[in-house]
Amino acid sequence: MKAKRLLALAFAAASLAAASAGAQTVRVGVVLPLTGVGAEFGQQVDRGIQMFMKLNPDAFGPYKVEFVKRDSKNPSGAEAKTAVQELIAQEKVDIVTGFVYSPDAIASAPLVSAAKKPMVVMNAGTAWITNLSPMISRVSFSMWHSGYAMGEASAKLLKAKTAVVGYTDFPPGKDSLDAFKRGFETNGGKVIDAIPMGGPGQVPDFTPFFQRAKDKKPDVFYVFVPSGDHAVAVTKAYAALGMRQAGIKLIGPGDLTPDHKLQEMGDDAVGLITAHHYNADLDNPANKRLVAAWRQAYGANASPDFMAVQGYDGMAAIAHVVTTLKGKIDPDKAQEALKGWKYADSPRGPIMIDPQTRDIVMNEYLSELVKVNGRLVQKNIGILNAVKDMCKELKEGKCAQ
Amino acid sequence: MDLISTLLGGLASGMVLFIVSVGLSVTMGLMGFVNLAHGAFAMLGGYVVVYSMRHWGLPFAAALALGFVAVALLAVVLERTLYARLYRASELDQVLFTIGLVFVMIALVTLGVGPESQRVVLPHWLDGQTDLGFIKYRTYSLALILAGSLLMLALWLGFERTRIGAKIRAAVDNRRMAESVGVDVGRLFTLTFALGSGLAAVGGGLGAEILGLDPQYPLRYLAYFLIVVAVGGMGRVTGVFFAALLIGVLDFVLKIEFPKGGTMFIYALTLVFLLARPQGIFGRKGA
Repeated sequence: MKAKRLLALAFAAASLAAASAGAQTVRVGVVLPLTGVGAEFGQQVDRGIQMFMKLNPDAFGPYKVEFVKRDSKNPSGAEAKTAVQELIAQEKVDIVTGFVYSPDAIASAPLVSAAKKPMVVMNAGTAWITNLSPMISRVSFSMWHSGYAMGEASAKLLKAKTAVVGYTDFPPGKDSLDAFKRGFETNGGKVIDAIPMGGPGQVPDFTPFFQRAKDKKPDVFYVFVPSGDHAVAVTKAYAALGMRQAGIKLIGPGDLTPDHKLQEMGDDAVGLITAHHYNADLDNPANKRLVAAWRQAYGANASPDFMAVQGYDGMAAIAHVVTTLKGKIDPDKAQEALKGWKYADSPRGPIMIDPQTRDIVMNEYLSELVKVNGRLVQKNIGILNAVKDMCKELKEGKCAQ
Repeated sequence: MDLISTLLGGLASGMVLFIVSVGLSVTMGLMGFVNLAHGAFAMLGGYVVVYSMRHWGLPFAAALALGFVAVALLAVVLERTLYARLYRASELDQVLFTIGLVFVMIALVTLGVGPESQRVVLPHWLDGQTDLGFIKYRTYSLALILAGSLLMLALWLGFERTRIGAKIRAAVDNRRMAESVGVDVGRLFTLTFALGSGLAAVGGGLGAEILGLDPQYPLRYLAYFLIVVAVGGMGRVTGVFFAALLIGVLDFVLKIEFPKGGTMFIYALTLVFLLARPQGIFGRKGA
């Protein structure tokens, strides 16, 4: 205990020293998986950050930003924790951000509490992450945003009575399962089976798990897997096992339809229904501007996805903090500035940081994958406005603490 | 549980295990050389298949053939320059050397290609489902079962009915005796090593759809390959075949019935198998 307090003291001293030293330049520590299975996610978020800087050159006013990037490698949390420690103690950053995987954010929470460093989560979606430290605010999503929305929509819109859930066995997977179940069963549905399908570190062979789901003959099969390669493998297994022909609809959070992998998924994915806070086909000026700039920078077939937009919005939040505090980052004032912050120019539509929970409030879009002129496109079939994290609203489990 | 589709799914993953592991079994049986880098050859084969299809537009079958040839050639080079130096070394030296080779290959692939997983784009005739009359099932799984069975048949005929097969069997059973009647075991080993590595490469390409393909591949599946060889018995093609199928089907069924248990069962079963029959279920005593 004593050592811990000492450590906290040391961190506090270090942060004080840093705050007084660099007044006009704000140092932002970015923790992302740059290698390993999550390298693509890291790249999307990083590009989102860069795109914000490019498209909004005046956002930081007279203040300078310096980025210090660190690789969080595996989704275990251990590497991220080391990285955050280094960023705070040695690099003397003012704000830490990034965090693709939930374990990364969870492992880093005690550090930012001890050192009092504002932490802006750009992805990690386990619902109770914002409960872990008053220093954490989240610009991405909670698994409950899409999970609960999809559960509600499955019962009401798709008229499903029974569902099987398949999920990757780590915190956000279980979260997504709970969220869907609550949303679905509150509205009259019944989850008849929940299948853990391996960990996030590698793409498993989904065949046995999908076989089990098929044997249960549900109306809908709700799948949560990390976005990216997992998602492509899901639609392949779904098609290969003939689940569509068996009358089972594949649904899930938008992690299943990552925009930059969409065209790779092919016809297998047509008809897939998802709930999410962003897709590249959203029709608003901010998004059109982002997509156009993205294609120009990274190629005509490239596309921003939800992680890129979270990186983008995360920088908008940090810019807001920096300009409000006039370049001097005081941790408590930074949190005050973030609480209730509204951003109308997000590519995903209007967003806000909930002053009570420091989590995001945003729209959820229901979309169906359709084919238009040989390209897969997300067709909007419904919008839920200003959705809060239902886990904290309903005070479920760890979200109540 | 739908019995037939479960069985088909399990058989398909067992066939992949068989194709990848059979080479390991033969080389281990023949030379007593513990080649932990075997999976790395499978991985390299997978990358050759993926890249030749993506960049040169080779059809799937031709890409597999290219994978076989390329990796078999590489195996000959490595065998002559590196492996041959360690034949008389202790098993620990062999293990250290081959695991080191695995790390080198992982690093090279990560550096050259990147850490992300690769996907084999299957030709249309292997995609989707096939109607077998009594059941509709994933075409690719059926194709794997067919390919694995044909390979088994070919290997069996090769080992049992050809002169070179007879030499290999003789060398596996009693190396000194084989040498004393004039079999050039050294050259025989180069040949089987190349064949085994080439087969692993084909397995890497064929199995990428099921096992995936990324730089961590050789380490991730190492335990599985070793289990198949240990259970099947070293140097026994038929033994490896049945062991691979057994493990493939059991793994598949257990994943369906107890998804929480993950891979635990396979290790438990292996333990039981090996306690009961240390020489492998299909291995011969004293072989």
